[in-house]
Amino acid sequence: MPSPQPSPPSLALEAVGVSKTYGDGTTALDGVSLTVAGGETIALVGESGSGKTTLLRLFNRMVEPSAGEVRVEGRPVSGLDPIVLRRGIGYVPQDGGLLPHWRIDRNVEMVPQLLGWDAARRKSRTKEMLELVGLSVETHGPRFPAELSGGQRQRVALARALAADPPVVLLDEPFGALDVLTRRDLHGKFLELKQILGKTLVLVTHDLAEAFRLADRIAVMQAGKILQLGPPEELAARPAHPYVKALLEARDA
Amino acid sequence: MRRLALVVLILLVAGPAAAKETGQKSGRVVIGSKNFEESRLLGEIFAQLLESRTDLAVERRLGLAGTQVCFEALKTGALDVYPEYTGTGLVSILGEEPEEGASGTLNRVRREFLSRWDLWWISPLGFENSFEVAVPQELAEREHLKTISDLARISSRLRGGFGHEFVGREDGLLGLERIYGLRFGSVVPLQHALKYQAAGAREVDAVDVYTTDARLLLYKLVVLDDDKGFFPPYEAAALVRGETLRKHPEVGAVLGLLAGSFDEDRMRALNLRLQEGKEDEAVVARDALRELGLLKGVQGSESSETQAAPSTPGLSHYLWDERDALLRRTLEHLGISAVALLAGILVAVPLGLALERSRKGAETIIRLLGTTQTVPSLALLAFFIPFLGVGRVPAIVALWIYSLYPIVRNTYTGVRDADPRAVEAATALGMTPRQVLAQVRLPLAAPILLAGIRTAAVLTVGTATLAAFIGAGGLGEPIVTGLQLASSAMILSGAIPAAVLALVVDALLGWVERALRPRGLESRK
Repeated sequence: MPSPQPSPPSLALEAVGVSKTYGDGTTALDGVSLTVAGGETIALVGESGSGKTTLLRLFNRMVEPSAGEVRVEGRPVSGLDPIVLRRGIGYVPQDGGLLPHWRIDRNVEMVPQLLGWDAARRKSRTKEMLELVGLSVETHGPRFPAELSGGQRQRVALARALAADPPVVLLDEPFGALDVLTRRDLHGKFLELKQILGKTLVLVTHDLAEAFRLADRIAVMQAGKILQLGPPEELAARPAHPYVKALLEARDA
Repeated sequence: MRRLALVVLILLVAGPAAAKETGQKSGRVVIGSKNFEESRLLGEIFAQLLESRTDLAVERRLGLAGTQVCFEALKTGALDVYPEYTGTGLVSILGEEPEEGASGTLNRVRREFLSRWDLWWISPLGFENSFEVAVPQELAEREHLKTISDLARISSRLRGGFGHEFVGREDGLLGLERIYGLRFGSVVPLQHALKYQAAGAREVDAVDVYTTDARLLLYKLVVLDDDKGFFPPYEAAALVRGETLRKHPEVGAVLGLLAGSFDEDRMRALNLRLQEGKEDEAVVARDALRELGLLKGVQGSESSETQAAPSTPGLSHYLWDERDALLRRTLEHLGISAVALLAGILVAVPLGLALERSRKGAETIIRLLGTTQTVPSLALLAFFIPFLGVGRVPAIVALWIYSLYPIVRNTYTGVRDADPRAVEAATALGMTPRQVLAQVRLPLAAPILLAGIRTAAVLTVGTATLAAFIGAGGLGEPIVTGLQLASSAMILSGAIPAAVLALVVDALLGWVERALRPRGLESRK
């Protein structure tokens, strides 16, 4: 089997004047523009209903915009096959979203298998990925998701998202359901991986403290709009909106 | 799965094929009968006579459920011949008022059946088997009952016990009430064979009986005179398809030999042997034909040796001595059930998936499908006779319909409710909708889906006992016959294996369910 083309470590993402209105008339996004540089980690922060998850899901075409354009490395995603696009973008949902009837090792090698990697390569990759997130293929590989703790499942979800070495990973509240200690532990793992891998990461969270800790830039969202976009220090120094200010105060309290 | 289907198909096809093999003869006739002794006996007599005196291969479909089933089967060509009574033809089939006199009735039904359906009444057998009303001898003596009019006088104090068919017929209880002013204190619809026992035990006071029924003697019942001439004459005759007579003229000629051969006394004596001694109708029919000198190439002396023991056979007789028949019925039963179930799975699973995909109206369609479960099994079985005849095919179709609902419902809900987070993640990581269905949703739905198939399987195996009513064979055969003969041993010889079979199927599929349950789902919930 010929080895696939080495993918670039990261890709730039763009949303240009994007709106999304659902069938029931609710507007999730209202003319949002956002550019994520290659290798950058950006956090989308806001309450539920602010549109942050919808914005995230535009990039792997799990949501189609009602207006505006979404681009990956300058190319409109509307011109890409969604299946091919998704296999090239990592994804970590809040609760892991592991397939409960598959063993851990099979869950991890899901995307490589979809991409047609041969068994030997999948196996070594699975071992590598599980070790990367601090699990062992011997101990955890043969288990089923229900047999692991929540934190371990989230690590597996991370390993699964990274298995095919995608240049972009989308994370939707990946640490939201975990207790404080586990979350802190995984934050460390996240920063470590971010450093090693240099991928483009988009992280949805409602926790500003988490965003401050993990992201290069933060987009604060409310009612389908981005209120402020900037590095954590800039947000802290010059909140541009009363809501941002309220969030900062809540974080400090 | 595919191999199992193949085996079942071979079983089903090989049966009839093997029959055809032996029948390298000039053709085939199918003989039917209704599900009481005299009708079965006459059917067997027709069959043996045709076997003895023609080159035709004879197939028996004896014990079909009532007039409607036999008549529809004859009309559609599923049967060639069955014994019928002129009065039944006139009143039940033509829906006319009773006529005066036996010859008037015969002429009327001959003319009408010929012109409407090309069906021929041939060789009236020489006896009438009418409906009559009978009461226990002791009651008749105490109340001085001689006629039905006498009975009407005191009927409000009495309990009537009548056959299901009789209760609803204009030439039955309805007409009796109108003509005689009968008003029973209560009326219990009873299975034919049980009426005699019930009257004998004084559970009921008046019953409808047949003239030639020997159980009148066994249970000490007295027939009341039909003083207003209410009941039409019921002459027994062979009812034959015109097409059969043209293709095989010898059928008409040979059956004609029976004309006038039996009177009421002889018939009652033959029925007595069936009802009391529980002898096989094949033995009784052979003796009857031998007495008449109609069997070719058979010596008269054989009779006594081959005759069945007159003592009442017990359950062990049916389960052990007749184990070949038991095995054959079990295989038939399984064959019918398996084909119906496999066809059910093949249709219901894709249907459930399609409903889940479109969602629109799915609940309504599933609810409509659910109403099939409320149709009485026997009614559904009978419903298909005009289109599909009698035998295995309509039975399989009816069972197939029963199997659909549980499988469709469970496929639908199982796939619909499959862990939405797993489905979403699989999609977001690049599985095609087809891959999501095959690798995520169906495996997650498997436990529910298999539970649906298991429900359908037990339902099918259970309901398949009723298939015997329309001549499909199976373990229902001895149940149906046993009900006619009021033989508990015979009923149990079908009911016990059927129940065991249902339990075995349930346990087997329970095991399959556990074996196929995706492992990761076990520790959940």
